[in-house]
Amino acid sequence: MRGSEVATETATEHAAEGGLAFHPMDQFLVRPLFGGSEIHWYTPTNVTLWMALTVLAIVLLLVVGSRGRAIVPSRAQSVAELTFGMVHKMLEDITGKEGLKYFPYVMTLFCFIVFANFLGLIPMSFSTTSHIAVTAVLALMVFLGVTILGFVKNGTHFLNLFWVSSAPLPLRPVLAVIEVISYFVRPVSHSIRLAGNVMAGHAVIKVFAGFAAIAAIAPVSILAITAMYGLEVLVALIQAYVFTILTCVYLKDALHPGH
Amino acid sequence: MESLAQLGQYLGAGLACIGMAGAAMGVGNVAGNYLAGALRNPSAAASQTATLFIGMAFAEALGIFSFLVALLLLFAV
Repeated sequence: MRGSEVATETATEHAAEGGLAFHPMDQFLVRPLFGGSEIHWYTPTNVTLWMALTVLAIVLLLVVGSRGRAIVPSRAQSVAELTFGMVHKMLEDITGKEGLKYFPYVMTLFCFIVFANFLGLIPMSFSTTSHIAVTAVLALMVFLGVTILGFVKNGTHFLNLFWVSSAPLPLRPVLAVIEVISYFVRPVSHSIRLAGNVMAGHAVIKVFAGFAAIAAIAPVSILAITAMYGLEVLVALIQAYVFTILTCVYLKDALHPGH
Repeated sequence: MESLAQLGQYLGAGLACIGMAGAAMGVGNVAGNYLAGALRNPSAAASQTATLFIGMAFAEALGIFSFLVALLLLFAV
C-alpha cells in the first residue's frame, strides 16, 4: 500500500500530465492517520477511523437513540425501530420463521453497510465499502457461514441444491455443473457488486469535480455533481438493501435446499 | 514493445465498457417488466419489490464484472 507522500506525488504527477486536477481514484488511497508511510496490520489508517465512526454512528442510533424506550418514540427511536422492522420483515418474508434465529447477523450486516455507505458520502471522507478487501470479507463470511450451516442442518441432503430434480434426467448433470459454478461465483459477485457500485459512483463524482476546474464547463459539471450525488444517496441505500436481501436468499437456500 | 502492451491495455479497458450496454438492457428489462406487471395488478406489486431488487442485482452484477475487467486491465496487468 502506498503512503501519503507517494499519494501526493502521484497527485501532482497527474496534474503535470495536463489531465484532471486530481486523479479520480486518489480518494481510495489507504493512508496512515499519524504520518509515516509504512502500513502494518496494526497501523491506524483512515480505513480504521471511518470504520470506527461507522460503529459509533450505529451505537448512537440503536443504543443511545432508543434508550428512552418511549411508547411515543422520539425521532431517533422511530428511525431505529423502522430499520429494525424493515430488516426483520425482509428476513421473515424470505427465510420464514426458522431464519429469524440469524436475525442479529443480518441486522449487523445491514447497519454496517448502510452507515459505511452514507458516511462515505460526506465530502472529504473515506468510503470503506469501496474497497473490495472490506466487502470481500463480508461476503466470504456470509458464504462460509451459509455453506457450513447448510451442511450442518441438512447433511448431504444439501447437495440437492445442485441436483435439479425438476429438470429432465439427461439435462441434470449439465445443470449441476452450472449450479456449482454459480454457487462459487456468489461471494465474488456479492462483494464486487457493493464495492463496484460505491467505487464507480464516487469516481464519477470526482471526475465531474475535476471538470469543474475548467471555467467554461464549470456550471454544467457542478449540476452533474449534484445529480450524481442524489443518485449516490439512492445507491448507498439500495446496495445495502440488496446485500442484505441476497444474504437472506442464500440463507434460505441453506435452510431449505432443493428446488 | 511496452507501449504496444499499454495500447492493448487501454483498448481492452475501453472495450470492456461494452459490457455496460448489456447490464443496462438487463436492468431496464427487469424494471420495465415489473412496471408492466405492477400496472396490470397493482395489489400484487408491493409484495414483489424484493424480487425486483434481487433481479436487478443479478442483472447488474454482470455489468459490474465488466467494470472489474477494465480495472484489472488498467491496474493489475
